[in-house]
Amino acid sequence: MGARLKLAVWKFASCDGCQLSLLNLEDQLLALTDYLNVAYFLEASSAVAPGPYDLSLVEGSITTPADAKRIRQIRRVSKAVAAIGACATAGGIQALRNFADINTYIPIVYAQPGYIRTLADSTPLAQHIKIDLELPGCPINKYQLLEVIKALIQGRRPRFPQESVCSTCKRLGIICVMVAEGQPCLGPVTQAGCGALCPASHRGCYGCFGPKENPNTASLAARFRQLGVAEADIVRLFRTFTAAAAPFRQESLAHETNH
Amino acid sequence: MKRTIKVANLARVEGEGALDLVISDGRVVKANFSIFESPRFFEAFLQGRRAAEAPDLTARICGICPVAYQMSSVHALESILGLDLPAPWRQLRRLLYCGEWLESHALHIYFLHAPDFLGYPSGLALAQDFPETVKEGLAIKKAGNDLVSLLGGREVHPMNVRVGGFYRTPTPAALQTLVPQLEKALALAQKTVRWVASFTFPDATWDYEFVVLRHPQDYPLCEGRLVSNRGLDIAAADFEDHIAEEHVRHSNALQGFLLPRGAYLVGPLARFALNYDRLSPLARQAAQEVGLAPACTNPFQSIIVRSIELVFACEEALRLIRTYTRPPRPYLEAPWRPGRGSAITEAPRGILYHRYTVDNQGIIQDARIVPPTAQNQKTIEGDLCRVAAQHLHLDDQGLTHILEQAIRNYDPCISCATHCLRLNVIRT
Repeated sequence: MGARLKLAVWKFASCDGCQLSLLNLEDQLLALTDYLNVAYFLEASSAVAPGPYDLSLVEGSITTPADAKRIRQIRRVSKAVAAIGACATAGGIQALRNFADINTYIPIVYAQPGYIRTLADSTPLAQHIKIDLELPGCPINKYQLLEVIKALIQGRRPRFPQESVCSTCKRLGIICVMVAEGQPCLGPVTQAGCGALCPASHRGCYGCFGPKENPNTASLAARFRQLGVAEADIVRLFRTFTAAAAPFRQESLAHETNH
Repeated sequence: MKRTIKVANLARVEGEGALDLVISDGRVVKANFSIFESPRFFEAFLQGRRAAEAPDLTARICGICPVAYQMSSVHALESILGLDLPAPWRQLRRLLYCGEWLESHALHIYFLHAPDFLGYPSGLALAQDFPETVKEGLAIKKAGNDLVSLLGGREVHPMNVRVGGFYRTPTPAALQTLVPQLEKALALAQKTVRWVASFTFPDATWDYEFVVLRHPQDYPLCEGRLVSNRGLDIAAADFEDHIAEEHVRHSNALQGFLLPRGAYLVGPLARFALNYDRLSPLARQAAQEVGLAPACTNPFQSIIVRSIELVFACEEALRLIRTYTRPPRPYLEAPWRPGRGSAITEAPRGILYHRYTVDNQGIIQDARIVPPTAQNQKTIEGDLCRVAAQHLHLDDQGLTHILEQAIRNYDPCISCATHCLRLNVIRT
């Protein structure tokens, strides 16, 4: 066995769920430490080893001036940076602010707006630094995270499905909730990786893995309209956990009447 | 002489917080538990969303306790609809919540808190010397996660919860598959109680106002009145008449305080003190065995109380599975009507309050969310003052360590507290 990979786990604006996925690998976690030196992982350890790091897993989006600076510092001390989850890859749910005037938001939550320092937009890491790998999902699939770590240990590229949730449904023999039940479903335009959990539970996909490559969102929106979905609800459907990802953003804006 | 203790980035807490303590002439003059994780503005963007989206949207406040957000939101919204779900759905929700308690408590006990008492920087480092112990903790955690996955669809941000019930309910046979794992977890939880009770605890017994849910029969999860050991006894709907939040400069989380008395404590210590009589038999027995019954006011011993709650959660989950009958439909529906609804449920870290106002189309006009860590902030700062005053003789390193531990006693979830925290320095 070669030298252990030096791993760092960083957090920006997020819910902690994606980094928790590492600790949720209960059956693999202790074995992984044979290959990984967990050098920086504040949620799990108070021991902090200095960089450089072989792999930085970064959760969360950039929402403050200080964070915009910190992510560049992390890039400098990391051989590879993987953006994990919808916040890091697409700005996350907090990017809903990008569609509003942030100055109208702050007083809704905080009595002393003057104490709050925040950027107008929540942005993905790739808008600030070069990213080596993006893992989609709100939350990520922990087995995809394991694949990233295994691939790096083995010196190969990680393998992920590049297809839509629809393909997962077909493979698993899940009856189409849109065709059979007339429910709006984002499956046709959403990146696979979750295991088609929602359609398997008789609900339409809500797009938490974000847009797949070249999604035909306009065609899907037209179908939603035929199913009787109101324009305002089409906006809501495209505007959740990856609302700032370009294809979903554009589609939601196209249906916003006051735009 | 002035002495300053600063921890810029607290470790082994969920989210980003800092500790700031100033001692002047042998007196603690400032004790700040700062929360600097960046705000995420959930209450703001909930306005204009469909009420039906609230369980999925608010779950994203916290990846460790998403079920809590889902439970508080669905109960609040169902109160607007006038839906009072019958037993099978309520049992399924309790069962799902037991899964989250197991996952969250096991993580905190084995990975975040026990290392403090044993002198390790992390659960992973502890595992180097005590692999079997940590594996047992992981087995409990996994039992909880498997329960959440089976009922909720996945561990983090389950997608199977909805207003009115679930998208899909499990068959009794599917739930039965969890029984062997939960039985093993129960035995391991009993062992955990004995293990953590053997730790050395700082001498600290303070008089807290405990605030918890109290239910006529059950150890509280989703239902009950909000009560305290100093006479509070209110319905969820009256929460905002009794508990206010203030915005202080050093924190991006609002701090809760009880009118007119101020700081109060929510979470395992509070639940155990005021609901000891509602614990399951083996949980009560475990508490008696280690001499903790019927109340505990030493926050450092919260790790024992959490492990007693592990016993409870396993025992309760097994009971719920045994008595489960599948509801006739996955969910109940009612037409939206304008109204205001609130609910409180017991997240692993304590009470979580949600309140929504919706219009006749089911669109959210206004939302308010008060998570447990926001409510505990003032009490944590009080503990920091008291603990520091007791340990002034320690050098900076020793004092810092015990103060960090005093914060971790609360298993603070900073992501929750700021749903609305940030890092200044990168140590390289």
